[in-house]
Formats: sequence, C-alpha cells, structure tokens
Amino acid sequence: MSPDSVMRGGSTRDATAREGATRRHPTVLRAALTIARKDLRIEWRTRSAFLSAVAFSVLALTLFFFAWDPTAVASIDLAPGVLWVTFTFAGLLGLHRSFGGEQPTRAIDALLAAPVSREAVFLGKGLANLVFVLALQMVTLPATAILYNIPLGEVAAPLALVVALASIGLVTVGTLFSAMAVNTRLAELLLPLLALPFFVPIVISAGQATALLLAGRPVGDAAMFLRLLGTFDIVAAVVCTLMYPSLIEQ
Amino acid sequence: MKFRTLGAVAIAAVVAVLIRAIYFTPIEALQGAAQKILYVHAPSAWVAFLAFGLVAVASALYLWLRDPRLDYFAESSAEIGLVFTTAVLLTGPLWGKPIWGTYWTWDARLTLTLFLWFVYVGYVILRGAVDDRDMRARYSAVIGILGAALIPFIHLSVYLFRTLHPMPVLMKPSSPSMPPEMTITLVSAFLAFTVLYVWLLRERYQLALDRAAASVVEYDR
Repeated sequence: MSPDSVMRGGSTRDATAREGATRRHPTVLRAALTIARKDLRIEWRTRSAFLSAVAFSVLALTLFFFAWDPTAVASIDLAPGVLWVTFTFAGLLGLHRSFGGEQPTRAIDALLAAPVSREAVFLGKGLANLVFVLALQMVTLPATAILYNIPLGEVAAPLALVVALASIGLVTVGTLFSAMAVNTRLAELLLPLLALPFFVPIVISAGQATALLLAGRPVGDAAMFLRLLGTFDIVAAVVCTLMYPSLIEQ
Repeated sequence: MKFRTLGAVAIAAVVAVLIRAIYFTPIEALQGAAQKILYVHAPSAWVAFLAFGLVAVASALYLWLRDPRLDYFAESSAEIGLVFTTAVLLTGPLWGKPIWGTYWTWDARLTLTLFLWFVYVGYVILRGAVDDRDMRARYSAVIGILGAALIPFIHLSVYLFRTLHPMPVLMKPSSPSMPPEMTITLVSAFLAFTVLYVWLLRERYQLALDRAAASVVEYDR
C-alpha cells in the first residue's frame, strides 16, 4: 500500500491512474486533517492535557469567585470577564502541548520532512488545537452557568457564535507562537508573554459580547464585537499561515 | 566621528527644545505648568510609533531578502522604541494626575500604548531566548510584523470605552488650535526627538554590527 493510500485511509480512488508515475501529494486540506487527527489521537490516548485544562478552568472559576464581594457585584456582571480570562489561560495550556509534545523525540522533524506543505502542518496543528479548545469550552461554559448561577442556556445560539469566533482567533495566533516558543530557552514561559497581548482584542470583544447577551440585549447590539472577532480571525488566519513557513525554513 | 557629530546635534536640539519649552513658551491657561510635559510626551509617542513602524518594515524586508543587517536594524529600532514607549508611559501618568485627577485610566490610547509596550517587551525577551542567529532573526521578524498588524485590532477593541484623551490638536484637518508659540515648540520637539532617534538608532545598529563581528571571531577561535 502506498503512503498515499494510507493517508487517505485505504482509498484507492485517485491513486490508480498515477501509480508508478510522479506520486501525487495529498492536498493541503487533506494533509492538515491527517495531522490534526494524529494530534487528537495522541491526546485522546492519555487525555492528560485536556483533563488538566478542564481541572484548571474549573479551579480558576471557583477562585475568581472569591476575588469579588458577591454582595456588591452581581455574578452576572462578573461571569463574562471570568469566563474569557479563564478560557484564555486554559487555552494556553493546550497550545503549549501542540508543539511541545513533538519536542522530546523531535517528531516535528519527521513531520516537516513529510511530503506535505508547511501550511498544511500549521493548519493541521491549528485544527487539533481548535477541537481541544472547543471541547474545553463545552465543559467551561456549563461550569460557569452552574457556579455563577447565570442563564447561559438562554443565549446558547449567539454565545456559540462568540465562542467559535473567539476560539479560531485564539488558536490561530496561539499555534504560531507555540511553534516559536518551544524552540526558545524559556519555552512555556515565553508563550503567555508573547501570546497574551495578541489575545487582548479577543478577550475584550468576546467578554463584551457575552456581557451584552447576558444582559438580555439583542444580538444586533453585539454585532460590532462579532465583526471585530471575525475580522481578527480572517487576518490572523491569513497572516499566521503565511508566517509559519518562515519560522522553520533554514 | 560622524556619530559624535550627530549625537552632539541630537542632544543640543533636545536641550534647546526643553529650554524653549520651559522658559520661552507660554503657560497654558487651564492646565498650568503641567501642560509642558506635552513637549516630551507627544514627541516620545511619535518616536515610539515611528520606531515600531520601522521594525515592521525591516522585519518584512528581512523575511524577503534575508539580509542580517535588516535584522540588526529591527533589533535596534525595537529597543529604542521600547525606551520611548516607556517614556510615554511614565510622562503620561505624571500629566494625567493633576489634569485628569488620576494616574491611569483605561482610555483607548493608554491601553494601546501599554499593550504595545508588552508586545515589544516580549520581542526583546524572545531575542534573548533564542541562540541560533538565523532563527532569532526569523522569529523576531514574525513578531515585528504581527505586532504592527495587532495595532488596529487593539485600538478598535478598546475604542468602545469612553475616551478621556484629547483629540488631535496639531495634525487635525482644521488649523492647529494652539497659540503659534506652543505650536513652534511642539513641532521643534518632534524634530529634535526624531534626530535623537536617528542618532540612537545608528549607535545601537553599530553595536549590533560589532556584536555580530565579535561572535564570528569567537566561532573562529
């Protein structure tokens, strides 16, 4: 079986005509999906990063609660900020694993030697991180709703949009910085230092949008923040995907 | 020798502007003497943004041309920009306390400046944490470009907070709303600080070249 058909999970649909001639490399998207699946499978085997990120999130949510006087500040005013700050820090835990996990065995070298474009490696890593972060939010959001006693369920649909947009931006920038930070002497210390200033527009927009939604305002009121998040995502996705190859080339 | 001349001119220009600002520029009617910090604050902000803009340009050119001198230029400009941003962040609260009644406020421009400061602190720390010269150049070029791309996003996101900051008084579309004496002082301060920037940049760039040369000598031994 050729490596091509392994990549496609055994399908021989395209491979037949080109057998023996120049082998067709997998398309960027297909290669990215394969890499994302690989990363998620590794994480699924132990679930150690995910479980520690979940534990961290819930712990942070409980700790934050005691940073304010609950009789002076209503928890509905508190929750959006706490939610997004917690989300950002928990996300960083997962992001470090993305390239940090490749480091001890230098598995990244094999990945880069594979006949796939660097953009595909970046997209694959980003996709896996996106799944990680979204799965994390599936736990953090209900935990926030329960611990802070706020009706997140009532704004579930628009909130899902905020979460999706914020996660894409966080993961795109975070994946690029994770690729950089692992090769420095400071490693995981440098990642938050580099990434957090870039998360500022995300935290502000997502926090404000969530606060508006929880206050019962129509989705249109939060549209400006949603547009800002969307623009950030598009610019970050384009710029970071273009930048990634220049991080590794020699 | 050329550096010395430029340095002398830069220092003389800054001192002359400060003397003019302190003794020969009228005191603002409402703010009193506190307003005079403008002549340090605004030019420092201009130099900081100029420096970070040039970091982004040099970084993009580096990724294209791969000339290490562009990396040394970006490194030099980033460090100087960081110094001037620090000056902005120190003089701002000193001016804000008597006029606004508070050292710090989460106004759009203050917040933007603070986060830019963090971005370039990260830039400098990143440079110190990478040993390989090419890798350091590529990594910091990426941060240099992304840092510039981040500015509009931070600005937009914090813009929605009510802003205390004065709207532009010099470069606004209508004529400057300042007495001519103040305008002349402010414009000369901008020029003097720009000369200061150019001089510091050349000195720092020369240091980067010397360091690179010294590290080559070390490898040869």
